[in-house]
Amino acid sequence: MEISITVNGQVVSADVEPRTLLVQFIRDNAGLTGTNIGCDTSSCGACSIHLDGEAVKSCTVLAAQADGGSVTTIEGMASSDGTLHPMQQAFMEHHGLQCGYCTPGMVMAATSLLNENPSATEEDIRIGLEGNLCRCTGYHNIVQAVLSCTKS
Amino acid sequence: MIPAAFEYVRAGSAEEAISLIAQHGDEAKFLAGGHSLVPLMKLRLAQPSVLIDIGRVSDLSYVTDTGDHIAIGALTRHLDVETSPIVLEHAPLLAHATSNVGDPQVRHRGTIGGSLAHADPASDLPATTLALGATYVVQGPNGTREIPAGSFYEGYLTSVLDADEMLTEIRVPKMNGAGWSFQKFNRRAQDWAIVGVAAWRNGSEASVALVNMASVPVLATSVGSAIASGASIEDAAAQAAVEADPQADLNASVEYRQHLARVLTRRALEEASA
Ligand SMILES: Cc1cc2nc3c(=O)[nH]c(=O)nc-3n(C[C@H](O)[C@H](O)[C@H](O)COP(=O)(O)OP(=O)(O)OC[C@H]3O[C@@H](n4cnc5c(N)ncnc54)[C@H](O)[C@@H]3O)c2cc1C
Ligand code: FES
Ligand code: FES
Repeated sequence: MEISITVNGQVVSADVEPRTLLVQFIRDNAGLTGTNIGCDTSSCGACSIHLDGEAVKSCTVLAAQADGGSVTTIEGMASSDGTLHPMQQAFMEHHGLQCGYCTPGMVMAATSLLNENPSATEEDIRIGLEGNLCRCTGYHNIVQAVLSCTKS
Repeated sequence: MIPAAFEYVRAGSAEEAISLIAQHGDEAKFLAGGHSLVPLMKLRLAQPSVLIDIGRVSDLSYVTDTGDHIAIGALTRHLDVETSPIVLEHAPLLAHATSNVGDPQVRHRGTIGGSLAHADPASDLPATTLALGATYVVQGPNGTREIPAGSFYEGYLTSVLDADEMLTEIRVPKMNGAGWSFQKFNRRAQDWAIVGVAAWRNGSEASVALVNMASVPVLATSVGSAIASGASIEDAAAQAAVEADPQADLNASVEYRQHLARVLTRRALEEASA
């Protein structure tokens, strides 16, 4: 089937099988490999992207379900002049990553969380990121990074 | 993991969805948020040959106040239920239980109708709507019927829904200020409950339903009767597992589940009575 999805502001159209997952569409059709596949079973959050402005796990959405929609991936977060998104900058400054595998998903989930709750507390952030697993950092610095981007 | 191949069709309305499913027969399935069905299809535990995507039937995404009830469209996403001012005011137990489903990403996609139609006894919303005495509205080729939550569930992942019927609305009686509690016991954040309890109490009236304590959600009627006849919370909670028929699995033995049901019911009644 022919589908079109706006990915980071650019329309990407492709003829795909209905069983194509959104994460495959992003990686293979749009050619953007910043979005990682971790568990492939909707548990780890590594594949989190924004669909119409909200974080979703792209391994658990069919590309067909996102047809006509708008997707933002980690590649779409920095400005065109290369200035990092404040959340990316905060992860860097607070050392919120080690191997970096979970980081694209963490940044996408965290920005979605703060869009919904700009003055999230530390507890809101810990609960709000429960769908994203990190095997390296112990979460502390991730939480500090997100906390530094809140309104309060 | 990639699902087995299937044909994909999109429905614009409930009527169109029902006529499409009638046309495609038993091998077709509705796709709402996809957050139960797509994982099953990726594991090849489900292999429907046709998916009828009802995710864009936006006129079934709503919450309205209908007087003594609230009405929730089946395609309303978990996020929209948990943040709805009407649900927060009149059915706070449902809002809170919904905020315990999975994680934010799951709640951005999953729908209340999908969660109920999936009929997983380990899910939070079947038991919660059972405790609240909700009625499900179902539409089929021959019109609509109303099914009380207590008559909807038949067994593990099976309900009285016919293959060509679609869940369209959930009607929840207003809680009228009753105290309530939702207890979910699990080992890891984001997991399904090993055992869960949804409860409300208004004076001598109380209702308790159990998550993951049988192949269907369980209404613990003995607890409600004990409270009605003036029993203490301790004594009423001791009855929590009477109607249950739990299974053992990797997480818990039958005895441990029964114990959890009693302890969580006591905590729930204490919180709902405070
Ligand atoms: C990582 C993860 C964690 C989760 N954790 C929890 C949890 O802790 N607690 C919990 O309760 N749930 C949990 N869930 C399940 C989640 O609540 C799902 O969103 C929900 O069970 C299914 O809703 P859906 O809209 O995605 O349905 P779908 O997956 O689209 O459909 C589910 C089934 O219902 C049928 N169906 C859907 N809508 C209708 C309708 N209107 N009429 C008739 N049939 C219909 C479909 O054909 C399918 O068989 C979790 C899911 C994931 C992926
Ligand atoms: S890869 Fe999608 S949640 Fe783990
Ligand atoms: S930084 Fe390695 S998994 Fe999170």
